[in-house]
Amino acid sequence: MTAVTPDGKAAPAAPTEDVLRVEHIRKRFGAVTALRDINLHLAKGEVLALLGDNGAGKSTLMKILCGFQQPDGGRILINGQEVTINSVDHARELGIDVVYQDLALVNQLSVYHNMFLKREITRWPFLSNKKMRRTAREHLDELGVNIPSVDVDVAKLSGGQRQAIAVARAVFTDAKILLLDEPLAAMGAKEAAMILDLVRDLKQRGDVSVIIIAHNYGQVLEISDRVNLLQHGEITFDKASEDTSVTELNDIVIEEYRRALAERHKTA
Amino acid sequence: MRARKDGVEVSETAERTAAVGGPRGGQPSRSGPPGLLRRAAVGFMQQREATVFVVVVLLIVYFGFISSAGRSTFFTKLDLINVSQIAGPIIIIAIGEVFLLICGEIDLSVGFTYTLAPFMMHYLIDFYGVPGILAIILSLVMGLVVGWVNGFLTVAMGLPSFVTTLGTGFALQGIMLITSHAEQSAIPGPVQGIGHWIGEYAWAEIGWAVILVIIFNLVLRRTRWGLHTIAVGGNQLGAQEAGVNVARIKYGNFMITAVLGAFVGLQVAFQTSVIDPSSGGYQPMFYSVAAAVIGGTAMLGGSGTIIGAFLGSVMLAVLTDGFNVIGVSANPLPLIFGAAILLAMVANVQFARLRERGRAL
Repeated sequence: MTAVTPDGKAAPAAPTEDVLRVEHIRKRFGAVTALRDINLHLAKGEVLALLGDNGAGKSTLMKILCGFQQPDGGRILINGQEVTINSVDHARELGIDVVYQDLALVNQLSVYHNMFLKREITRWPFLSNKKMRRTAREHLDELGVNIPSVDVDVAKLSGGQRQAIAVARAVFTDAKILLLDEPLAAMGAKEAAMILDLVRDLKQRGDVSVIIIAHNYGQVLEISDRVNLLQHGEITFDKASEDTSVTELNDIVIEEYRRALAERHKTA
Repeated sequence: MRARKDGVEVSETAERTAAVGGPRGGQPSRSGPPGLLRRAAVGFMQQREATVFVVVVLLIVYFGFISSAGRSTFFTKLDLINVSQIAGPIIIIAIGEVFLLICGEIDLSVGFTYTLAPFMMHYLIDFYGVPGILAIILSLVMGLVVGWVNGFLTVAMGLPSFVTTLGTGFALQGIMLITSHAEQSAIPGPVQGIGHWIGEYAWAEIGWAVILVIIFNLVLRRTRWGLHTIAVGGNQLGAQEAGVNVARIKYGNFMITAVLGAFVGLQVAFQTSVIDPSSGGYQPMFYSVAAAVIGGTAMLGGSGTIIGAFLGSVMLAVLTDGFNVIGVSANPLPLIFGAAILLAMVANVQFARLRERGRAL
């Protein structure tokens, strides 16, 4: 099976500019085919929205990209170089970082200690807290992350603030490709806006590419450059965000659901 | 249905975006200019160790002045030495337990490492002719090995440390009883000199305890080791994802605790001038864990302080000694300890809320 984009329109980006290319990635778990034939590409500084219902294969794709699982076939290219991503650490070395919803932060530590966790600035044998505090502050200001103080424990921050700090930390630690897993799930209006602003800021900086995995079409359409739809382990839709709409995306998903229902009736 | 919902959210997003753009990088708001005294009081109450510090002061005042109408012997040199000698070993073991509790583990075996260490020294010197200093060092190394084994069983074998150290504790006790035939031994000649400095001089134990408290307080609060220990206890998965070597932190803290236990065992042997199979055991371990908890260390990991554990240990020592001073039987002591631990916990939980409010002042 070849790359299918039923709605036509191959994306314009030249291969050399792609920081990430995924070609014909397959993955099976026993009898279940999670990923049939995944082809996607991500240009430098691009924000790609990866949409799909539960069970479409989003999380499997994520796990492969962050080195947690190995694909059965196909290849992954980073900056044009074919790579085998062995582990989460290896993925991070390659510049790929996944931000799960605030799961990676340590509640009992201050914002700046979280930002610097495992990359602390030290003047042996002690931590250079002053320097870390100042750098963290500068970095968050630069990204427009609005928190009252970098000294507060992360536990005292809201879900959105924590998520923002998790994203900021990933950028801070030289991630070039950010995978945001459902960054807006279970988030209030203000909070979601904060994260969307942050992604917008990243886009303006241009050196970080982002894949946002989400359910909510509306919010991500606003900030993404391109939308990919993942259905049954394949990318079935690839369009620039401005050329599509929430209605169109919904129609595709609903139509697909109807077709599946009809087929089931036929066989029954 | 979905389309309608999403449509609404799209239109709202713009407003939200506008609403969120508040000032960046403000300081925590401290409204008004509160008086120096009040600020000092608020600052003090914000310290986690404040509660136990107040309790210690009250106890000292009670045993020193009130309980016997000013004629108390509490402030005599002899009695202060007594308090310090009770507190020292609890403090030193509590240091280790604080590190372990913070990273989400516990060591129940440390009291048996304590018992075995001086026997180890005795065997090495008297049966194998090992020079005194080397024998002491090897006894401490034995502590490191015990800590490593605790770490191995917990980290690599995946046992809960509660179970691991319950098992190794019994094993250590068995080894000690088999090898010593459950009989006391004298301090070997070659180490009697250095023994003064380790534990025999009146102020040796509290001296070591204070030095170790200062060092390990710095380790916990100002070094990567301390930061990573908190990170591992606060969010093990998160710490691991950030690249923290969780296993290394746990092995290390088990080893710190066990080596401190071995050191205390040697100290007490020198202080009492006898190597006793019945010293150590569960009691010093439980006192230390109690001191850590009274001092504000969370049993579930992620937070704790060395200073708090120090104060907790002093509190238990003052209570123990105070009852001697006022001439009351020691029988109600465990009851008082139990009440003290529970009260301290309640106070910690309640004062944490007060401190939160204090921060808003």
